[in-house]
Amino acid sequence: MQNLLSKYAPVAESEVKIWFKAGSIHAFPDNAGACVKYKDKQIAVFHFTTQNQWYACQNLCPHRMEMVLSRGLIGDEKGEPKVACPMHKRTFSLLTGENLNGDCDSIAVYPVKVVDGEVYIGFR
Amino acid sequence: MMRIIVIGNGMVGYKFCEKWQAQAHQGMYELHVFGEEPRPAYDRVHLSEFFSGKTEQDLYLAPTAWYTENGIHLHLGELVTQIDRDSKTLSTHKGETFFYDKLILATGSAPFVPPMAGTDKQGVFVYRTIEDLEQITQYGMKLAAKGTSPAVVLGGGLLGLEAAKAVRDLGLETHVVEFAPRLMPRQLDERAADVLREAIEEIGVNVHLSKNTSLIAGEERMTHLEFADGSTLPAEMLVISAGIAPRDELARQCGLELGPRGGVIVDEYMRSSDPDVYAIGEVALYQGMIYGLVAPGYEMAEVAVGNLLNKEISMSPVVDLSTSLKLIGIDVASFGDVFGTQSLHRTVVFEDKLKGIYKRLNISEDGKKLLGGILVGEASDYNQLLQIYKNGITLPPEPEALIVKIAGGESAFGSVMDLPDSAIICFCESVSKGQICTAVSEAGCETLKDITKCTKANSGCGGCKPMVDDLLKGTLKGLGKTVKETICEHFPYSRQALFDLVKIKNHTRFEDVIADHGTGLGCEVCKPVLASIFASIYAETAVVQSGIQDTNDRFLANIQRNGSYSVVPRIPGGEITPEKLIAIGEVALKYELYTKITGGQRIDLFGARLDDLPLIWEELIAAGFESGHAYGKALRTVKSCVGSTWCRFGMLDSVSFAIEVEDRYKGIRAPHKLKGGVSGCIRECAEARGKDFGIIATEEGWNLYVCGNGGANPKHAVLLAEKIDSPTCLRYLDRFLMFYIKTAGPLVRTAPWLEKMEGGINYLREVIVHDSLGIGAELEADMANLVNNYQCEWKEAVENPAIRARFKHFVNSEEKDEHMEFVALREQKMPRAW
Repeated sequence: MQNLLSKYAPVAESEVKIWFKAGSIHAFPDNAGACVKYKDKQIAVFHFTTQNQWYACQNLCPHRMEMVLSRGLIGDEKGEPKVACPMHKRTFSLLTGENLNGDCDSIAVYPVKVVDGEVYIGFR
Repeated sequence: MMRIIVIGNGMVGYKFCEKWQAQAHQGMYELHVFGEEPRPAYDRVHLSEFFSGKTEQDLYLAPTAWYTENGIHLHLGELVTQIDRDSKTLSTHKGETFFYDKLILATGSAPFVPPMAGTDKQGVFVYRTIEDLEQITQYGMKLAAKGTSPAVVLGGGLLGLEAAKAVRDLGLETHVVEFAPRLMPRQLDERAADVLREAIEEIGVNVHLSKNTSLIAGEERMTHLEFADGSTLPAEMLVISAGIAPRDELARQCGLELGPRGGVIVDEYMRSSDPDVYAIGEVALYQGMIYGLVAPGYEMAEVAVGNLLNKEISMSPVVDLSTSLKLIGIDVASFGDVFGTQSLHRTVVFEDKLKGIYKRLNISEDGKKLLGGILVGEASDYNQLLQIYKNGITLPPEPEALIVKIAGGESAFGSVMDLPDSAIICFCESVSKGQICTAVSEAGCETLKDITKCTKANSGCGGCKPMVDDLLKGTLKGLGKTVKETICEHFPYSRQALFDLVKIKNHTRFEDVIADHGTGLGCEVCKPVLASIFASIYAETAVVQSGIQDTNDRFLANIQRNGSYSVVPRIPGGEITPEKLIAIGEVALKYELYTKITGGQRIDLFGARLDDLPLIWEELIAAGFESGHAYGKALRTVKSCVGSTWCRFGMLDSVSFAIEVEDRYKGIRAPHKLKGGVSGCIRECAEARGKDFGIIATEEGWNLYVCGNGGANPKHAVLLAEKIDSPTCLRYLDRFLMFYIKTAGPLVRTAPWLEKMEGGINYLREVIVHDSLGIGAELEADMANLVNNYQCEWKEAVENPAIRARFKHFVNSEEKDEHMEFVALREQKMPRAW
């Protein structure tokens, strides 16, 4: 299990070596998330449509080790964008990956950019 | 090793074990308990719940295993026949002999049977043990089945009225006969008893006072009662519940000192005339009195344990007889010096015969202290009055305001904030007002949850919740923080206010509502609340704004461990054809689903992959199924028993009506899930009273019960209307459900919703049945809109390619989620463990 978690490490925008093309912006739902496969990783990508902001994080919830975060509800806590795990409603910051309402490990977050209507996720 | 023996495994005997176990060092003592009944100690106070469907095990104070785990030797079904105090031994009916160092008599009491002829006739029972209840039930059911038979309860005290409820629940014509000129003569004054009598008669229980029963007449079976004044009363069953007599025969045999009318005389340490023998509970005579209440018995157990362990603890000089009960659905409470006999006092009395309310306060001569009181018909202020009494708080200058509510006026209690810091608020965890307020002012608690986490208050029975809540709000207010009932940080409104706003402004999109009335981006709390509101106003299905739906609604299925989903097709009323059963089986085989029957008479198919959901539903829909909304805060099932079409006891066709009701309300979303049930007779096989609405057939029509639930805090639904026909039942249900949908808070089920409602079930009945707010027609029209615009959202989903496309694990790949693993379970499968 720890093995699985170790696959996911946060990536800062300055560290990005590979911008992986995840798909057209139209493939992603408005104000919600979807899951992208990159090699052996599952990445959750969220589109806050009203603000036109994109975020990405590991799809794996560290609480019960399930690949489900992309199906969670999104929103903000005091302005900080977050996702709530659909399993037990643990919430994680999409800026820092920190667990906002409990003591779970942080999740890995990844940079996202949109160029010519295509969504890219940054990896090392 | 010192050997302690407890004779008697009733409530007080058990409490002794519990306290002993918590305080005594293990390994230094050996504790033996003898119980003559074949089962471990159970809750006698709630014995009548046995009639309303509680099982024996539900009533157990602790399972047999608890005794074993705690090293207690429990001897059940073994009667102690003799005590020899010289050799410090006792012997049992099995011929065994046990040595003791210390002996605890917790033998309790037996029903007191007044001297009269004919107690050996068929149909005569006492009310004390589970066996008694089983016999009463069996006999009563036979009587009820043959039509209206009169049944009499002898005794109008606390226990007698409990028994009357039990008899009435069996569907028998119920009479209560009391020797004294009023009901509950020990707890109530004349006027209070009069109000109680009227309230009880109102619900169809006949009360006969000042009746001295002289004969139980009849041949083999009883047929009627004869009284000393020459009058008679026909009765085919008699339940004697006229008081208690201490079980002191062992004490008598071994020569302990007894009271003139029985009972083992004890001192303030619960010691009998032999310092190695203690007596506790209803066998103990303390200050010349036998106490038939649980609380003094528990205190005695605590005192006995403390003294055996050489702690300084003794019985209170004044035994607290405060009680608050619901008797046949009527609040009855009394506390402190009820009759004002202990000191000079003045009395404040409030009586409303129209509503059946009586309240009396006994106040010290200087008007400053509360000495005791009585509440009948409405006892919501009991806790606060008890606080004032127990903590010796100085009364306001106009104490009458404590019992007379002035419409629109502020509460005279001025809130719990006026209590001293030392006042205990949470009795379960012994948390004081000061600790709670400090948690808010210094530890920064801002919610009820924070306080519970920080102080443990409100983690037990939850009875203190309203007071803790008031303390929280009061303290926050004192700190200059405002408290409002709001959904979350994004909306400064309650769900009800938001509901009205959306309706008045005709908002149809979440983004518009938050832009106009909220702040920020929303969250996992407010988004589903608005989704539910849109569904309730516009009959909008979950596929329209899928991004604001809770996960289960977004994918129209229930997420389970390992991220797979379960699928529940609707099976209205639990009726299903063989063809449809086969269709479900074929789908389950094809998609490798684990199948299980649910508690709501449906079939749950587990282990479906997200990608397979539309394929599964395409096949289910082709076989004639619709969404069961098991994933939604929506109507789930209307459970039914087989009813009069097949059942030889059935009064009405419960299955047909359950199907009609389920079809009517299917797809309707609410603040929380909704469940219903329809039973064809009072045997209640559909367990309808454990549902949000329960419909039970009687000879004269349907009885409609509302606001029950199962789960962690089971609640029986309460009677809203009786003897109604099907259209009336549906009309009341329309109103009731719509009223709940519009006014309840998020994720509040009907039972807690009713609990918080001022005026309770009487108010709800006024609104729903008597249309006191004049909104009946509007509620019905709103419901008609939902009923007429129902569509199966799974049909909508599979027929629309854009919606279907959402059911994919990856947006950029057709691969399946390789992380999802199953392992074998019996002949099926299950998710691999966490």
